[in-house]
Amino acid sequence: MATNQTKMDSVADPNCVAPNSSQTQDKGLALLKYVLIGVVFGIVFVKAEIISWFRIQEMFRFQSFHMYGVIGSAIVTGIISIQLIKRLNIKSIHGETINIPTKVFKKGQLIGGFIFGLGWAITGACPGPLFAQIGSGYTVVLVTLLSALAGTWVYGRFEKYFPN
Amino acid sequence: MNQFIEWISQPWPWYVAGPMIGLTVPALLILGNKAFGISSSLRHICAACVPAGIPFFTYNWKKEIWNLLFVLGTAIGGFIAVNFLANPDTIVISEATQTDLKALGLTNFSDLMPLEIFNWDTVFTGKGVLFFVIGGFLVGFGTRYAGGCTSGHAIMGISALQWPSLVATIFFMLGGFFMTHVLLEPLMKVVGF
Repeated sequence: MATNQTKMDSVADPNCVAPNSSQTQDKGLALLKYVLIGVVFGIVFVKAEIISWFRIQEMFRFQSFHMYGVIGSAIVTGIISIQLIKRLNIKSIHGETINIPTKVFKKGQLIGGFIFGLGWAITGACPGPLFAQIGSGYTVVLVTLLSALAGTWVYGRFEKYFPN
Repeated sequence: MNQFIEWISQPWPWYVAGPMIGLTVPALLILGNKAFGISSSLRHICAACVPAGIPFFTYNWKKEIWNLLFVLGTAIGGFIAVNFLANPDTIVISEATQTDLKALGLTNFSDLMPLEIFNWDTVFTGKGVLFFVIGGFLVGFGTRYAGGCTSGHAIMGISALQWPSLVATIFFMLGGFFMTHVLLEPLMKVVGF
């Protein structure tokens, strides 16, 4: 466990995928809502068979529209939602202005992206489905998860040696 | 009620699943001013368990605990779906894909996952090394190097019209195509298929 390390306000890396813009720190039961959103998300992953290794193979072989439909309609929904939030100036439930972090282009999106793609086609899972697969009873995927953690750690440990 | 359960027990079509996944974006933004992203949970686990003084893992991960709760929820959702909303029929996999995968040596198409790979008996074999250890490592390493995965880049990033995320997504797909069409066959041969 983290003990005597420097505490920073947030993740130092501006490219952190899920930076937390909230000034209000959720505590206790308020945190349950994230579990609940995750539960819905996990159910969708299983019910739409997005966790299936076979569906990912179909996608990469252009033999089914299913995954393209899922990802495409998710993006369209996301675009409409974000446009509505911006244009109607919708605030968070804590009254904060919603902040959407800017992604900065870096070489890692090409090299790292390609490497992730290689792994995606082997494991049949991106990080979200990994968790849903484990929950669905494919407990052996815990090994994949451990290995993914090792991959993340190795990237973090040797970050400065990789072109970016 | 029984009819409802029966109805949601069918596999959900893409036009139901996709929008529901897309709605995660505004849900997290409005409920907590949080950007959707999942691979960051792997980083937070590293930061929590093995920071080892590495700057990349030295930050206040406790502030990001919501992300860990979200993936915990995802696992619970998987459990609920399989145990209470399970589809009674066998998964329908495209004929063309079955033919291609049979050529690679797979025979069992009755489950969401190829059971001849995804079981504990293969862990300490070449198959386990390829499908769990190497595959998992590439996913963890690649997503962190790319600064996101399918959720953080493909869904959150593109939804916010961020072009670097579109570039990242194109490279996710290129990597997947290259593995599927070029590397998978020789690699599966090596591990005994």
